[in-house]
Amino acid sequence: MEFGTFLWTTLGAMLTLAIFSFLYKDNPFYKFAEHLVVGVSAGYWAVILWHNGLVPNLFERLQDGDWYLLWLNSSRPWYLIPALLGVLMWTRFSKKYAWISRWPIAMYIGIATGVAIPLEMANRVNKQLYATMSNIHWSNFFGSGFLDTAAGYSEVIVFIGTIAGLIYFFFSKAHTGTFGVIAKVGIYILMIGFGASFGLTVMARISLFIQRIQFMHEDWALVAFDKTNPNYSGWFPAFFWLVALIVIGYIIKEFIIYLKNKDKPKPEKA
Amino acid sequence: MKRQIPIFLVFVFGVFMVFQYFSPHEASEWIYKFLMDWIYIIGIFAMALGIWSLIHVSYDKIKHKRHDWGYSVVTLAALFTMMFFGITGFNENGEWGFYFMTQEGLTNPMFRNFFNHILVPIETTMFSLLAFFIASAAYRAFRARNVLATMLLVSALIVMLRFNPYFGDTFGFYMNKTAAWLLNVPNMAAKRAILIGIGLGMVGTALKVILGIERGYMGKG
Repeated sequence: MEFGTFLWTTLGAMLTLAIFSFLYKDNPFYKFAEHLVVGVSAGYWAVILWHNGLVPNLFERLQDGDWYLLWLNSSRPWYLIPALLGVLMWTRFSKKYAWISRWPIAMYIGIATGVAIPLEMANRVNKQLYATMSNIHWSNFFGSGFLDTAAGYSEVIVFIGTIAGLIYFFFSKAHTGTFGVIAKVGIYILMIGFGASFGLTVMARISLFIQRIQFMHEDWALVAFDKTNPNYSGWFPAFFWLVALIVIGYIIKEFIIYLKNKDKPKPEKA
Repeated sequence: MKRQIPIFLVFVFGVFMVFQYFSPHEASEWIYKFLMDWIYIIGIFAMALGIWSLIHVSYDKIKHKRHDWGYSVVTLAALFTMMFFGITGFNENGEWGFYFMTQEGLTNPMFRNFFNHILVPIETTMFSLLAFFIASAAYRAFRARNVLATMLLVSALIVMLRFNPYFGDTFGFYMNKTAAWLLNVPNMAAKRAILIGIGLGMVGTALKVILGIERGYMGKG
């Protein structure tokens, strides 16, 4: 690894530590990293949307043909309309003319909701209902082996669970009698589902945490002391110890503050 | 006028897009594609509003030296630096310059370094931080107080512990099978019920918007 790359990795390690420091409490390092990521992220998306959004979808279309109007050289001049509508969004900056920005918003909302109705019905509702009802394999009801997901009984549970879950969410009728029993089955299925989803989410976050620790250890700490690196110099461990000193210094500062305030009475909670 | 025209526009475009879905005619598909380009372009212009808002809020904080105003300097500096690197770079002849219409900025090493060594570490670490908060929330919420809470707790534990290497081959095998079954059977049933509910809810809300019953998108005034 070259020294320049190591410096960038050191910055990444410092920012990783700064974010993890929030586990202790909100502090200047965390706030710095937090504000930095807001700026970098906004700048990144501004550039990406410019280069991959506006340039190919608007500017190139307004410069690709043989129709001339002022500076335009376009075979598709009607793309000026969305550009004009987009500019109208900026009337939000004026208190007097802000109402004009409702026109492009209305078109956006109209198109988006109009597209959503058939697509939602087709993709979320119909396809899910079809998959629930059409795939029960009665010939393989008991399946093979322990808890077979392809067995018929599993498919029956999916079918009953889906219907019961839907009934649980139907609040226009009181959950009593047979309806209440089915709703009860629904909430049991939902709870098992929520538990499984929760477990999966926790494991995904733990995987990310492990990845950050591996980054700190393998990509940064080990590289800082890797003398087999052909570009190795004394600056590598120097920057490692610099970061370590900052961390240790902050811990000592917090400990001193703790010792000073230890005997002071704590303010009562309101 | 200020409110009627937007309601009319939503109705016309909404109804057109619903019927367009069922028409395979070439003209219908052309208009569909054109209108989808419209909303993409309008959306990007709306993004500019968001960035302007960020600049305005940060500048205001710095100007009036409000609490923690120094961090707003960091935000603005990061924003403008990233945008600067995103539109500058070296072309194929090795000439440095501003490139608004071509993508030299996206291959600018500084733009990539900012992405790889600032944005990615911070965002990944923020998500990994949730592991601690989610565990702390689970500790408080996961009490086996009744049957429902116990079911939630047991299924979450099985899914979380399924790859535990200390369980050994036999017990580990059954844990893994149980977790896979929980995820693919009861979890799928629950997800399907929720997805169907979301789909129906989206259709209902979309209809309310198109028919002018829901007007929240217009704001006040």
